[in-house]
Amino acid sequence: MKPKNQRLVLVAAAAAAVLAAVLLAMWGLRDQASYFYTPADVAAGKAEEGRAVRLGGMVESGSVRRQPDGVTIRFSVTDGQARTPVTYRGIVPDLFREGSGAVAEGRVVKGTFVADTILAKHDERYMPPELGNLAAERKAGKTLQR
Amino acid sequence: MMAEIGLAALWLAAGLAALQLVFMPAGLRSAVELSGTMRPVAVAQGALTALAFAMLLVLFARTDLSVALVVANSHSAKPFVYKVAGAWGNHEGSMLLWVTVLAVSGAFIAILSRRLSERTLAAALGAQAALALGFYTFLLLASNPFGRLAPAPLEGRGLNPLLQDPGLAFHPPTLYLGYVGLSVAFSLAFGALLTGEVDSRLARAMRPWVLAAWVFLTLGITAGSYWAYYELGWGGYWFWDPVENASLMPWLAATALLHSINVLAARGALKAWTMMLAVIAFSMSMVGTFLVRSGILTSVHSFAIDPERGTYLLILLGLYVGAAFTLFAWRGASLKEGAPFELVSRESGLVVNNLLLSVILGTVFVGTLYPLFVEALSGEKLSVGAPYFNIVAGPLALLLAVLVGAGPLLSWRRERRPVLKRLVVPALIGVAAIVATFVIAPKMGFLPRLGFGVAAFLAIASLLPLAGRNPLRAPLATWGMVVSHFGIAVALAGMAANSAFTKETLAVARTGERLAVGPWLIQLDSVTPAAGPNWTALEAELHASRGHGREVLRPQTRYFTSPQMETNEAAIQTFWDGQLYTVLGKADPAGGWQLRLWWKPFVTLIWAGGALIGLGGALSLAGRAWRTRRRRPEPEWRTRYA
Repeated sequence: MKPKNQRLVLVAAAAAAVLAAVLLAMWGLRDQASYFYTPADVAAGKAEEGRAVRLGGMVESGSVRRQPDGVTIRFSVTDGQARTPVTYRGIVPDLFREGSGAVAEGRVVKGTFVADTILAKHDERYMPPELGNLAAERKAGKTLQR
Repeated sequence: MMAEIGLAALWLAAGLAALQLVFMPAGLRSAVELSGTMRPVAVAQGALTALAFAMLLVLFARTDLSVALVVANSHSAKPFVYKVAGAWGNHEGSMLLWVTVLAVSGAFIAILSRRLSERTLAAALGAQAALALGFYTFLLLASNPFGRLAPAPLEGRGLNPLLQDPGLAFHPPTLYLGYVGLSVAFSLAFGALLTGEVDSRLARAMRPWVLAAWVFLTLGITAGSYWAYYELGWGGYWFWDPVENASLMPWLAATALLHSINVLAARGALKAWTMMLAVIAFSMSMVGTFLVRSGILTSVHSFAIDPERGTYLLILLGLYVGAAFTLFAWRGASLKEGAPFELVSRESGLVVNNLLLSVILGTVFVGTLYPLFVEALSGEKLSVGAPYFNIVAGPLALLLAVLVGAGPLLSWRRERRPVLKRLVVPALIGVAAIVATFVIAPKMGFLPRLGFGVAAFLAIASLLPLAGRNPLRAPLATWGMVVSHFGIAVALAGMAANSAFTKETLAVARTGERLAVGPWLIQLDSVTPAAGPNWTALEAELHASRGHGREVLRPQTRYFTSPQMETNEAAIQTFWDGQLYTVLGKADPAGGWQLRLWWKPFVTLIWAGGALIGLGGALSLAGRAWRTRRRRPEPEWRTRYA
């Protein structure tokens, strides 16, 4: 191959790689576009049944119930507009408390969110950014008072 | 006094960085001798920053409570190791470590790079000074680690308990050496683009830096993965978390750079491409720093952090990356063509490697930053999780692992031997491994099965470069390559085994009761209180047995007092064929204890593989350092295309 053609081929290959990456990412993201849901989204039926998603909100006070097997808990997550019932089989993280923020990974099954993981925070001061507004509103006494 | 010395050293270093930048135009015109100007300035700058960092270490070691940063992150009752390591377990301290590595690297370029032309070196030192200056400004104006607090409080607030772990002593410094080591590649590329001296000489000057940074990144990522595995108590080794991706992206770029730089060094080809990668690799380090330090993405690693600092970092990032890309656009096209090569040759094999790595990097980059773009455009908050990365990057990584087996068998310029013939045996072994998985575990998922097949193929194929010659006489660099590539096969086998064979049991047990997990029977003997220097704990005593022998495991739930926090300390027992992983949960009102037990066959191979990959890089580095002492005459084509 002549050097000039070689450069042409290389530039074309690089361009093709960039294009491939973008197309692949967009294909992967078409489902992921809204991976994070709030209880209001779930109530509106936005979260497709059975698909792996993340649910975020406040753990409703007084809603945590331990199941007879000792390792399953049920609770509700709320964003002030709607509530989603959640079941989780596992050891809850240390900072999981009623009335504080939580993010769960799992799937919606018949209206209930079945969590595989409840994200642990490193820090009690930490609030997931997606819940940032919610926390600010709560601080201002707006959301959860109604 | 210590804090003031540290602060003064930082200001002086910033001044020297500015001076170093001022010398750059003169150095470029060869108007001044570098040995009298930029070199000593760079060395002094590195020494001063190191002094500032040493001061911070002393302040933390002594728990000097008149310093605001120490108060916010330390406590007198903390074990000594974590007092010292706590110096970089926070934003200001870790940024100071970052800058220290940057300035010390700059000093080493000034001392060690004798093979480069004076003009390129001047430009590179100027670029390094510009980088350092930006980060000094950031430290001094927005994150001063040496701020005093008056009156001094009686006690500090303590370090986050999850960080009170040997992992903290090792993981961040290693990762930072990797991150910031790439700044040298960036500066050298910037310098060479400015002077137009992009040739194999530059590549050979740049290669040790890239190799060393890459080794540190590899080890840092491997250590971080193991740390998250045992500390979070979830039994997972990779979460596709933004902060993990932040370290993976520079690694992917550095891996591509590491391969393309060999083409430039050996054949003088892929000039523009290699320079581009050098710029991208360090840009990814800065993106990573921005993601970690701004805390704008949901992450299991996120800390509560002031978003305004993120803005500052973003501006620095834009400035440096923008300048580098502008220079590249201006000078990249005028680079001379390198030595030609055929379609089937080692060069094109490495091009394919680079393209695949770039596509993986691109998809990880898009996936990680997508939530930011969407939020900036529409205000909608969302996050991209593991399912995206697994489906998009997983198959590409497997494909790349297959090609890794073939690439090293190709020869430079043009391949005349039938390479595929040499791969028949490894391919048959790979197929045999897949067939074996059908026999052993008929219900195994598709991906782990494929993973085993590719791992078996690569394990054999990666050894072929040593076949047909006396392995003891093969160059150390060849050994390095073989070890690294074999490490990929090992890690892949570990990942496949982990996802195919892991057994999990989650149940409540009363004392004296037994639970089964995989081949193990585990009895809960007792739950008793325990105490450490700054925590109290509940400790379970478990006896595990699989027919023979008796293993004792002691998982804990720890209660830290400063700051108040509960953590799970998993008890992990390693055997030749896997790990037993046990977590103690909460007390059950009915009188039992939650236990989460995993049996993870061959999971250790994941980190053993990571360590082998890093070891290979170190071998290669040692081999190259050894060989440069015995220089050979320049081949004819090298002078022709240089």
